[in-house]
Amino acid sequence: MKLKLQLTAAAFALACALPMQAQAQAPIQIQWWHSMSGPLGEWVTDLAKGFNESQKEYEVVPTYKGSYDDSMAAGIAAYRAGNAPNIMQVFEVGTATMMASKGAIVPVWKIMQEGGQKFDVKSYIPAVASYYTASNGQMLSLPFNSSTTVFFYNKDAFKAAGLDPDKAPLTWEEVKADAIKLKASGSKCPLTTSWESWTQLESFSAWHNVPFASHNNGFGGTAARLEFNGPLQVRHIQDLANMEKEGLFVYKGRGNVPDAAFISGDCAMSMGSSSTYGQLKNVAKFAFALSPLPYYADVKGAPQNTIIGGASLWAMAGKPAAQNKGVAAFFAYLSSPEVQAASHQRTGYLPITTAAYELTEKSGYYQKNPGTDVAVNQMVRKTTDKSRGIRLGNYLQIRAIINEELEQVWSGKKTAKQALDTAVERGNVLLARFQQANKG
Amino acid sequence: MAVEKRVVFRSRWLPWLLLAPQGVVIAVFFFWPAGQALLQSLQQSDAFGGSVSWVGLDNFRALWSDPVYLASFKTTVIFSVLVVVLGMSLSLLLAVFADRVVRGSSLYKTLLIWPYAVPPAIAGVLWLFMFSPSVGIVSYWLHALGIPWNSLLDSTDAMALIVIAAVWQQISYNFLFFLAGLASIPKSLIEAAAIDGARPWRRFWTIQLPLLSPTVFFLISINAVYAFLETFPIVDAATQGGPGTSTSIMVYKLVYDFKALDLNNSAAQSVVLMLILVAVTIVQFKYVENKVHY
Repeated sequence: MKLKLQLTAAAFALACALPMQAQAQAPIQIQWWHSMSGPLGEWVTDLAKGFNESQKEYEVVPTYKGSYDDSMAAGIAAYRAGNAPNIMQVFEVGTATMMASKGAIVPVWKIMQEGGQKFDVKSYIPAVASYYTASNGQMLSLPFNSSTTVFFYNKDAFKAAGLDPDKAPLTWEEVKADAIKLKASGSKCPLTTSWESWTQLESFSAWHNVPFASHNNGFGGTAARLEFNGPLQVRHIQDLANMEKEGLFVYKGRGNVPDAAFISGDCAMSMGSSSTYGQLKNVAKFAFALSPLPYYADVKGAPQNTIIGGASLWAMAGKPAAQNKGVAAFFAYLSSPEVQAASHQRTGYLPITTAAYELTEKSGYYQKNPGTDVAVNQMVRKTTDKSRGIRLGNYLQIRAIINEELEQVWSGKKTAKQALDTAVERGNVLLARFQQANKG
Repeated sequence: MAVEKRVVFRSRWLPWLLLAPQGVVIAVFFFWPAGQALLQSLQQSDAFGGSVSWVGLDNFRALWSDPVYLASFKTTVIFSVLVVVLGMSLSLLLAVFADRVVRGSSLYKTLLIWPYAVPPAIAGVLWLFMFSPSVGIVSYWLHALGIPWNSLLDSTDAMALIVIAAVWQQISYNFLFFLAGLASIPKSLIEAAAIDGARPWRRFWTIQLPLLSPTVFFLISINAVYAFLETFPIVDAATQGGPGTSTSIMVYKLVYDFKALDLNNSAAQSVVLMLILVAVTIVQFKYVENKVHY
């Protein structure tokens, strides 16, 4: 009995001593909250692992916090409780909210400067970086997983309709002609689209170099108001509504739900995010191809560039300087050409730096995987004031309003002009509220 | 003269002590968040809480001048009435049948109670997958039969979808209570009526239903709260308030605006919803309780 007691005491003492040894060299932990699940979640984990293994001072700890809106709400709640993570992945529609926050975030350029890391804004692809850059040219958040709008089509369906499967329709006139042929060959859904607000209004406006909102689509400040009920956008939505009446365009739902209709082969042509490429490659049972978003040939200045989707990484304020240095080191690691090129090829997301794009091109990746450069080609051009991106407050709700009004068009209850006018009116109420809530 | 059984506490502080844990729970999980919502509904702030300003009733005025919000009152009322009426009548019917069954009654009861274990979000996704116009198996059959089912663009179809999903969930809950209520009715009363020549339908209307009235009253309250507040996951999964705003019930709009980080506006909406439910419950207790036979 006494021996047992002595052994237990000895074991206890040993157990107490061991952690002391480990404590001596613990790397500084950097908390990273993200919304990437499935294979993308593995990508995130591998990025953190790569960084952690490349140096001993810092350890990035990625935590999956749910979908984009769930994790943004969690991050904000944590910030209010004084417990924010070091890095937050926030989707593009949350950019205005993050930027308008007073003192809640540390801009990327600042954290890199204070962390002693080299940071050259010009090395980033303009259309990708400009979305997250302030009007004075300073980058506020680090683009992480950026996709853009592309056009997909089913090559087998094209062949069956007597169309050349290698000739993608480049203008809207060609899209309509192809849809008529597809319908004649028996297709019940020649054309559909996912993310209708993004593909048919936001990216559409930038692609044709027409404004989506005033004040340079919101880059000029919170006094911006919506302008997507201009003549070109009304014409386009009315065209789609007319196509719908003829059975050439079929509405398949909000968000990315319609992707399933294309992937299953129901719909022959669709528009959506370039990040769907990975899924298509693995699952589609037909030959498919990607091509740039269609444009109206009679519009001067088209095609310009498309608008990115996806998310960026924000560094949260109120953290100790040592941790901020770690964040800067991690951002530098993520921006290095090798890591960027590998990420781009693994996920289908856009490369963020020109160097990464050139590295990928040199390796022959685009030749071996046709269609993967479509997204990039749309983005490497210089941007104009109307095509840099969109920065509007309460944008998630504005997208919901756009969805609601467009559905009124698709169900025949409103004309395109009525719906877009109402959407602009309702959206402007939200923008006015955002302006009031974020002034001073 | 009824003899009441009362428990008398001799000590003065013991009852309070015993109630204290429950009081703490209610204070922390109801009064505190409700107070915070009330406070936030009178303010205007950015998402991070950095710049907060007092705006009084402006948020409520903004709600009142929004035609879409006012339209959602009508949508919510229609939805709630359908859910409560259909939910209760179907489960009452099933309970009456299950009460009369002798063989295999526990099997029926288990199968009918089972759906209650399914979380509302899963129920929404389940019904979406069955009825989705693009990929649903039931919608495939409906199209094959020539019925143009399209809950993406037809408001009636969309409303039907969420009503069915919501009612399916609640049938189990109502069924349990009705079954218990029916079992507590003395068999002698029913037998006496049967001997006197009353048919089953008449027995139901004149004996069983009146004696079930406490259960009915209780379930109306519970079902109303369910239809107003707990159906968000179903709408979110199945229709997202569409097409247009035809299935955008008040709780859906409220939670959506909250997730979109429009905190003050959604706080105002939640205050309005709370007041409506309080009013509904008061009306119920004042007028309907008179008709209940205890």
